[in-house]
Amino acid sequence: MISFDFEYYRPDTLKEAVDIFLKLDKEGKSPVYYGGGTELISMARVGSQSFGAVVDIKNIPECKVLGFNADTLCLGSAITLSDITEANYFPLLSKTAGRIADHTMQGKITFGGNLASTIIYRETVLPLLLTNARLTVAGKNGLAEVEIGQVFKERLRLQKGEFLVKATIDKKFLIAPYFHVKKTKNEKIDYPLITAEGLKLDGYVRIAFSGLASYPFREANIENMLNDSSLEFSQRADKIVQALSGVITSDLYGSAEYRKYVLKNTIVNILETLKDQ
Amino acid sequence: MPKTGIGVTVIRKEACNKVTGDAKYTNDFISVGILTAKMVTSTCAHAAIKKIDIAQASSLPGVRAIITGDNCSVIYGPLLEDRPPLAHKKVRYYGEPIALVVADNEFIASQAVFLIKVEYEPLPVVNSPSEAIRQGAVILHENLGSYKTVVEDVYPKPGTNICDQKQIRKGDIQKGFFESDIIEEARFILPQSDHIAMETRTAQAKINADGTVFIRSASQAPHGIKKEISKVFGLEEGKVIVEVPFVGGGFGGKASIQLELLAYMASKAVGGREIKIINSRENDIVTSPCRMGLEAIIKLGASKDGKLKAIQMTYLVDTGAYSDTGPRLARAIAVDCTGPYNIDNVWCDVLCVYTNHPYVTAFRGFGHASYTFCIERMIDKLARRLQMDPAEFRKINSLLPNHTTPTQVKVTESNFGNLVACIDKLKTLINWEEGDRLEIGNDKIKAKGMACLWKTSNSPPDEVSGVFLTFNEDGSINLNCGCVEYGPAMKTTAAQILSEKLKMDINRIYVNMDVNTKYSPKHWKTVASMTTFMLGRAVLRAAEDVIRQLKSLAAVVLRCPPENLEVEDEKIYVKSDPAIFLNFKDLVHGYKYNNGNSVEGQILGRGSFIMSDINVLDKETGKGKAGPYWTVGAQAVEIEFDKKEYTYRFIKAATVMDAGNLLNPSMAESLVKGGMCMGLGLGSRECFNYGPEGEVLDTSLRSYKVMHFGETPQYLVEFVETPQLDSPYEARGIAEHGIIGIPAALGNALSVAVQAELDELPLVPETIWRIKTGGVL
Amino acid sequence: MYSLKGKNIVQLNVNKEIHDVVIRPSDVLLNTLRDQLGLTGAKPGCENGDCGACTVLIDGWPVKSCLMLTVEALGKKITTVEGLKNVPIQKAFIEKFAFQCGYCTSGFLLVCHALATIHPYPPDIVIDEWLQSNICRCTSYEEIGNAVRAILSGEI
Ligand SMILES: Cc1cc2nc3c(=O)[nH]c(=O)nc-3n(C[C@H](O)[C@H](O)[C@H](O)COP(=O)(O)OP(=O)(O)OC[C@H]3O[C@@H](n4cnc5c(N)ncnc54)[C@H](O)[C@@H]3O)c2cc1C
Ligand code: FES
Ligand code: FES
Repeated sequence: MISFDFEYYRPDTLKEAVDIFLKLDKEGKSPVYYGGGTELISMARVGSQSFGAVVDIKNIPECKVLGFNADTLCLGSAITLSDITEANYFPLLSKTAGRIADHTMQGKITFGGNLASTIIYRETVLPLLLTNARLTVAGKNGLAEVEIGQVFKERLRLQKGEFLVKATIDKKFLIAPYFHVKKTKNEKIDYPLITAEGLKLDGYVRIAFSGLASYPFREANIENMLNDSSLEFSQRADKIVQALSGVITSDLYGSAEYRKYVLKNTIVNILETLKDQ
Repeated sequence: MPKTGIGVTVIRKEACNKVTGDAKYTNDFISVGILTAKMVTSTCAHAAIKKIDIAQASSLPGVRAIITGDNCSVIYGPLLEDRPPLAHKKVRYYGEPIALVVADNEFIASQAVFLIKVEYEPLPVVNSPSEAIRQGAVILHENLGSYKTVVEDVYPKPGTNICDQKQIRKGDIQKGFFESDIIEEARFILPQSDHIAMETRTAQAKINADGTVFIRSASQAPHGIKKEISKVFGLEEGKVIVEVPFVGGGFGGKASIQLELLAYMASKAVGGREIKIINSRENDIVTSPCRMGLEAIIKLGASKDGKLKAIQMTYLVDTGAYSDTGPRLARAIAVDCTGPYNIDNVWCDVLCVYTNHPYVTAFRGFGHASYTFCIERMIDKLARRLQMDPAEFRKINSLLPNHTTPTQVKVTESNFGNLVACIDKLKTLINWEEGDRLEIGNDKIKAKGMACLWKTSNSPPDEVSGVFLTFNEDGSINLNCGCVEYGPAMKTTAAQILSEKLKMDINRIYVNMDVNTKYSPKHWKTVASMTTFMLGRAVLRAAEDVIRQLKSLAAVVLRCPPENLEVEDEKIYVKSDPAIFLNFKDLVHGYKYNNGNSVEGQILGRGSFIMSDINVLDKETGKGKAGPYWTVGAQAVEIEFDKKEYTYRFIKAATVMDAGNLLNPSMAESLVKGGMCMGLGLGSRECFNYGPEGEVLDTSLRSYKVMHFGETPQYLVEFVETPQLDSPYEARGIAEHGIIGIPAALGNALSVAVQAELDELPLVPETIWRIKTGGVL
Repeated sequence: MYSLKGKNIVQLNVNKEIHDVVIRPSDVLLNTLRDQLGLTGAKPGCENGDCGACTVLIDGWPVKSCLMLTVEALGKKITTVEGLKNVPIQKAFIEKFAFQCGYCTSGFLLVCHALATIHPYPPDIVIDEWLQSNICRCTSYEEIGNAVRAILSGEI
């Protein structure tokens, strides 16, 4: 039960969406874009978020794309995590999506909603960070395509009225050797204690994390340490743990010290697994 | 599937209703015009309430009433009256109800709740039971000395946080330790956790103009609600009617009375209109009572040849902010404090202490899963020190007939069963001989641990159960009893017992699934695995009552002495010539002769049972009898542990229980497995995490984790059947027991695997890592 | 562009019947089904997407109705437990003792039914994934596993 009223809009085009959003905003209705609604509904119920209107983007064809366009894979923001796993075009992304929430919820949570979520994990961003994905954003000036790093800094940073339309990924990444490790406190279905995932491309290992800090990230200096062949695996792991120790969080799911322990193991395991690939 | 009697697998009576959506639970009764009551709850664990600003909320259209602690002088408790239904001047736990909004619907009620502003002045918190008894600890209840005790055997200590103390003094503890060659000592910490019945607690109330109060509730204790509501609010008992439909799981959590009081107050505040109050999951976790926490220090001594000699224990029961059922949990722990072992010298103190945590009530196993973890860990530690096989060690120390329990009750085969047989069977089941720790490569270890269990009812000495039987004109029977159907199929068991006794088809026996105190005879509470025993005895008496009446009427019609007659298959026949018989249907509503003359009327059966032979325990020594019998068993858990990751998975979980006599084998197995699954949850993940200010951090199922599909082991369940002579068809209660030894068996298995002493719960990988490594990288 | 403001009468297709219901945009499907259509088979257990007691099928796929706005379900086929008419999973749940209190049962039945319809031959891992969406506090889950395997194998 949500204890406040809001208006519901389901535009059919990108322009309609932006227009109505800005109009509602002007009217002081604090609109929000609405994907799967799972986070918006649960936060509204407990009173930690309120809004006067929702703009549901699930009827906009551009947000529903899922497939290839020349050399890129296009993933609409309104496709669900289940759509991603069932199609399975990008195994790393499928793995990621298949470990967010539970199977039933995956049929409702949208790709865009997860990327834009308030909850700090936003795990689907990891494959995008690893593949230098490009994001298409709709706003009052129409569509803009941007490199992920430009709009995703800890979280998705969009201007008022903007929303995510789709992500595109270069095909070459889809077949690269990859790893996906999601460690939780104890339960399979849980927020990550650490999610570490990565790709090996031209002999170089890329890595990105969620759960470790209060935001998901990929960092060049960490990757350099990871690939520093002058060091043993465990030395590299130690270096990374040390480098990250300032951002590693303590919370209900695990203490920072334990996260460091798990991180170290995880890194060594990943390096062991990838060494022959 | 055979249709009649006991010892056969019977499908539960309400099965069809539960797979079609027809089974109605409290909230499924949605009447037009019903108002919604919603609680404002505390965001501090301990604070003075400076101000509750209800102005804005009151002016919201559709808000019909707002009640705060200032409008209500009631103070309540089933054993010790210490809890205001709405906090008054002070809050003592995070989530405590502070105000109650009554509004036209949930939409408005929720808005009003958000508009009520409470100002607090934080007080220092008591965040663990050991803090509670420390010198100079903050006192939660300054007026403890003036609180009224409801029962004779709670012993609060004014000026402290101790609301009750139970003790056991048996033998000579000093002599016992003197005779011990080896002594182990350890400390245990088990935080509180929650029932998480899938249906949250909820109640509805209405007061008619003539003063009749109608309550509908998701409760395990309809008759208890009737009694308490009438007592607390000074109403005539006959004017309080309580109805309980199907209940979506209880596990003890619905045996206490909380929302019913609030529902009555809410209805009263709006002139008696019908209202409903529904716990959100968040409220159900923190606001309504949870499972007790426990801290323990135990010292256990044995001789070189492995005989237990002496045990000294201090248990601190974390009862939270109010006593509720806490003192009874303390007593239950005292009664069975040694585990099912023969120890001549026992010294046990159980303190039931207040903390700024949510208050507690019964939980499946009634304290036993908690202390059993401590005892069974001790047993394993000692066995290993003695270099004895832990299974053998348990066997040679098992209680046997003519031994005495900690409260000095003489053990008999009937009242105790056969633990040694359970252990033997368990060893085979779990392949104990294979060894309890095997390195299986890849940093993985396969390990097993075991634990024994026992439990008696700890029920009040004068509790009753009753049954009414009426007949339909076609000869089928309606069985009316006061126990609640919340899962363990007790209504089906009652029908089975009746069908066995009357030798008739169980499908011709109809049982009321709901309970209404106006029509259903009182049944104490549907708790303590006592339903088969108490209700079963009442059913047998009711059956005897109708048999007697049927025979006497048939004797007149057939012109023969009643003792020549026998009952079977809805017929009364002459033993010497079964061809001479009368059908039930021709007798049960009176017998009509050919000329129309009729005799007798309806056959109405009644059966009543009261507990006997149970007494209040001696204050100094604990001597006394707390229940009619024990159920004993042995359990084991096998896990695969990853040395590098500190993670593990369950491979097998096994239970061998002495069931006395199995009434419904598949159901029994299923109940035991359900308990085991919950036990694995308690052992591996379930607990409250408290913040530094005493706030509970896991208030939703997102962070409070229970077992899920696919995480469970292979379950192995078998039974031993040692008849319990005074029970209906010699059956023992088994509904709770599957949970009791599982956390301990898991703790033992993991301690073996990890080669560390894991003496706290739950055993999440981080905890294991911290204990093993000291938490350093 | 479709829009909805304030209270409105809309039509829902539930269990193959069209029903008029009065909704506001902020109403979640679980409440509409229960409060307006009396379809109380869908149960609230957490209203937070964690327990699955509220699961219904939307166009044949399981959805937790506590986290779906009613307005999102317009034009879609909604199936609640009341719409399951003697399907094998119901019989299997009874015969395999797959419930005790019955509160979680509707949700589990619908997940199992959808699974058997969408993936008639699922590997174990898929069964696990689908059924991990729901919580049962009474049974050990083994019974529920036995029930779903009994219908998948054609035993029931
Ligand atoms: C049981 C459960 C477990 C979970 N576990 C995890 C987990 O392990 N890891 C994890 O990462 N997440 C997890 N989540 C969180 C989940 O990822 C979020 O609830 C989900 O991502 C929100 O997706 P949605 O489509 O429902 O978004 P919505 O609720 O619709 O929206 C979420 C936010 O994103 C905005 N938004 C939506 N779409 C767009 C768009 N196209 N462009 C711009 N902004 C947009 C909305 O305005 C809103 O602020 C879990 C959730 C549940 C219910
Ligand atoms: S009520 Fe919807 S998932 Fe729990
Ligand atoms: S049967 Fe009670 S929760 Fe599943």
